[in-house]
Amino acid sequence: MLLALPASMALLTGCQNVKPWQRGTLADYTMKQDRDPTSGALNEHIWFSRETAAGGKGVGGGGCGCN
Amino acid sequence: MHMPFNNIIRASLLGLCLAAVPAAQAALKAGDPFPALAGYHLEGPLPASLAGKVVIVDFWASWCGPCGESFPAMDELQKKYGAQGLVILAVNEDDNKSDMDAFLKSHAVSFTVVRDAKQSLVEVAGIGTMPGSFVLGRDGKVAYAHNGFHGSETKKQYEQEIESLLK
Repeated sequence: MLLALPASMALLTGCQNVKPWQRGTLADYTMKQDRDPTSGALNEHIWFSRETAAGGKGVGGGGCGCN
Repeated sequence: MHMPFNNIIRASLLGLCLAAVPAAQAALKAGDPFPALAGYHLEGPLPASLAGKVVIVDFWASWCGPCGESFPAMDELQKKYGAQGLVILAVNEDDNKSDMDAFLKSHAVSFTVVRDAKQSLVEVAGIGTMPGSFVLGRDGKVAYAHNGFHGSETKKQYEQEIESLLK
């Protein structure tokens, strides 16, 4: 326990800042949540029918983080 | 000798906090001398001499939308002010050279483009967003820094800055 706690705290700090010039993969088209409008509309319809709720999903733009 | 358990938790939390602190961004700011380009193994020929020139160093990548928008504007600036002593140096930060080459095929420009394959120059420059650029005065020091490219607004700023530095 005495070793496990500090060790896990040291090893589980996986969060890393992605620098602006390292966002090529995040900016890829395949990383876009709303890249398929038909699928998006169907999912939205299912969500609306099942949960009586709509909207509030997705993000603006891709993962480029530019400008 | 055993540390009290509370101390271990405190030490661990301190370590966690320190680990979570993002690496300090050593962004260049106005007045800082721009690092000598020769030390960064940039791929591609550099302009013969930048001494005494007004230089725009622009960091860009093919996947960055505003970078594509900035290229025609910077090309116009290079053509307009080149004879008076403006040099634009675009530094590519793509992971793959082929991405840069494909981009340049559809964005032909008259200014110099080099590749920072190891991303070492951009690390030192520490830009806040893509594209990020620095306008250097004739003394080689950073006079202005730009975060992003916002169309005609940024182009107008560039023009004002270039004209003030070329005087």
